[in-house]
Amino acid sequence: MPTMNIIQAVNDALRLEMRRDPDVVVLGEDVGKFGGVFRATQGLQDEFGADRVMDTPLAEGGIVGTAVGMALYGLRPVPEIQFADFIFPAFDQIVNEVAKYRYRSGGQYACPMVIRTPYGGGIKGGHYHSQSPETHFVHTAGLKVVVPSNPYDAKGLLISAIRDPDPVLFFEPKRMYRAAKGEVPQGEYVVPIGQARVTREGRAVTLVAWGSMWHEVDQAAREAEAEGIDCEVIDLRSLQPLDTGTLVASVKKTGRAIVVHEAPRTCGFGAELAAILQERCFLHLEAPITRVTGFDTPFPYTLEMEYLPRAPRVLKAIREVVSY
Amino acid sequence: MRREHEVGAVPRRQRGNHREWEPGRFVKEFPLYRLVAEDGELVGAPDEVTLPDAEVLRLYRLMVLNRSLDERMITLQRQGRIGFYIGSIGEEATILGSAAAMAESDWIFPCYREHGAALMRGMPLVTFLCDLFGNAGDAMKGRQMPCHEAWRPGRFTSISSPISTQISHAVGAAWAARLKGDAMVALTYFGEGGTSAHDFHTGLNFAAVRKIPVVFVCRNNGWAISVPRERQTGSETIAQKAIAYGMRGERVDGNDLLAVHAATRRARERAEAGEGPTLLECVTYRVEGHSTSDDPRAYRPAELVEPWKKRDPILRMRRYLVRRGALAEAEDERIRAQVREELQRVLKEAEAFAPKPPLESLFEDVYAEPLPQLREQLAELEAAVAADPRVANPRHSDA
Repeated sequence: MPTMNIIQAVNDALRLEMRRDPDVVVLGEDVGKFGGVFRATQGLQDEFGADRVMDTPLAEGGIVGTAVGMALYGLRPVPEIQFADFIFPAFDQIVNEVAKYRYRSGGQYACPMVIRTPYGGGIKGGHYHSQSPETHFVHTAGLKVVVPSNPYDAKGLLISAIRDPDPVLFFEPKRMYRAAKGEVPQGEYVVPIGQARVTREGRAVTLVAWGSMWHEVDQAAREAEAEGIDCEVIDLRSLQPLDTGTLVASVKKTGRAIVVHEAPRTCGFGAELAAILQERCFLHLEAPITRVTGFDTPFPYTLEMEYLPRAPRVLKAIREVVSY
Repeated sequence: MRREHEVGAVPRRQRGNHREWEPGRFVKEFPLYRLVAEDGELVGAPDEVTLPDAEVLRLYRLMVLNRSLDERMITLQRQGRIGFYIGSIGEEATILGSAAAMAESDWIFPCYREHGAALMRGMPLVTFLCDLFGNAGDAMKGRQMPCHEAWRPGRFTSISSPISTQISHAVGAAWAARLKGDAMVALTYFGEGGTSAHDFHTGLNFAAVRKIPVVFVCRNNGWAISVPRERQTGSETIAQKAIAYGMRGERVDGNDLLAVHAATRRARERAEAGEGPTLLECVTYRVEGHSTSDDPRAYRPAELVEPWKKRDPILRMRRYLVRRGALAEAEDERIRAQVREELQRVLKEAEAFAPKPPLESLFEDVYAEPLPQLREQLAELEAAVAADPRVANPRHSDA
């Protein structure tokens, strides 16, 4: 089985889906000859031509709006937003058009598409190349939100997303683009959207994360194990739909939960998870549900490692929660 | 020889790196294209009339229906029977003339004043009226305010309240059609206020860069709610904006059905021939308020409206048809009576539907299949309604 990084896995998924379905098209800034600023679309224009891998003018609202029209007409567009920070000029199109089209037309029309975008910090990107805006989209009815943490999931989830009848926001952890390597099967396979994965079993505390934060949490869990604390680790993979069953079962078993995300704390997705667990696991809880998150500031440049909830902060939270 | 309507290109003598600002220059460069004068006389070249009398009569009847519908629905809103209405009184020629110039397989991306085009595309009048009531017969299942219709069988897309968002959708659909090898041309509408929004700029730019087959129709009706055209754009005309994007622009008398039709048909033919998009500025006037939530007397002197009433597009077509002997007084009366009767009958039909769509429809169409939490939330709501019917009562504090 070949070893790939996340970028290669994304590229492989796009290539396979474009071969399988002639209606799958890619559009965005620099996605053509250049292959995208992170090279996720490298070589696709050579294989599929400039009519299926389309460089667009520089306007995110236009990229997504155009993709809406393409999807309405029957294509399966995969627009790329170069950095998640630049998704906000397309926010109206995503929230008011992409997400609502099926609903507002009474099911007469739909616009399935996959909006791919690299997100997150840790690459010395400052606050316009580092944000983690998933919550805005989880909060929007009509969208699915997927965040893989490793190459295997990136490929399988992207293939699922492209085949999904609903619009999907596909957040790629750019810090892990080349750092996370792993075995990835050749050929098509799918990882179903909406299924979390328990990546480590334990009884002391449940750690929940997604995307690049899964790596910090996994590291913290390994360090905690050396201290005799066995953590259960869940990689959510999909925030909407959410695998509530896996989460609740784990927290009922451990009685403790720590949610880790790099977006700011207030109204971050961790708040929703804490509310769900409070509603469904109240009588099982041995300690308050705890959040380890980014801070309620814009994303910083120089102090980004302090801002990001990395393994030492997670480990500190683990010690506090298990000794509560 | 350069014909009156061929005004898209900047004359060579005016090209150069430095040009003094000349007030009125673009009004001269983009003269109003007109075929029929206000008294109904044909003033354009007869060979540019693209519609036979029978077709003009059909569109005349649709304009009368559109007008009567608007008048009736404004009354219904005043009576509290519908919550809201956006009419197109005075703008019927722009809407119907342009839509009629498109092929049946073309797609229409409406703004929010083009329900005449939806009816032309086969949306049943009863379905449109049910949309206004938001009742069980509403194809949109009571989810949008009135006048936000969609009609897929007629390739008439869904209306959004945010301004100009549909422009890039039209570009995307036409682009997709070209990739699939279909001859489809997209038509999209927006007001002159919509030219201020970013989607107008990105949409026109995308279309021009790729020569996408789209006809952009600006219904320049003079007002964006209470803000006049002069406070919406510094351009003398809307049509001149085409120059900057690298596409053809044309200014048309939007109250002249035949001129709008001919200009749209030319734009469509150019699009189909691979010559790219066209921006049509249809100069018309919003003689009523923006919507029933608006009272134009608060911001617009009545004398501004009076001249436009004389330019009424329906009156103009009536005079045109009478002059040609294609419409007799008695026939006109018959058309109007028939329209009145149809409206009355269909209104009763629409009001006979259940006042609300079924409860479960609240949770449908959010996703292709409801997510687990939507099923749970439906059960939660059903239980709440069963426990206390006031949940479903608009006046929740009533016993």
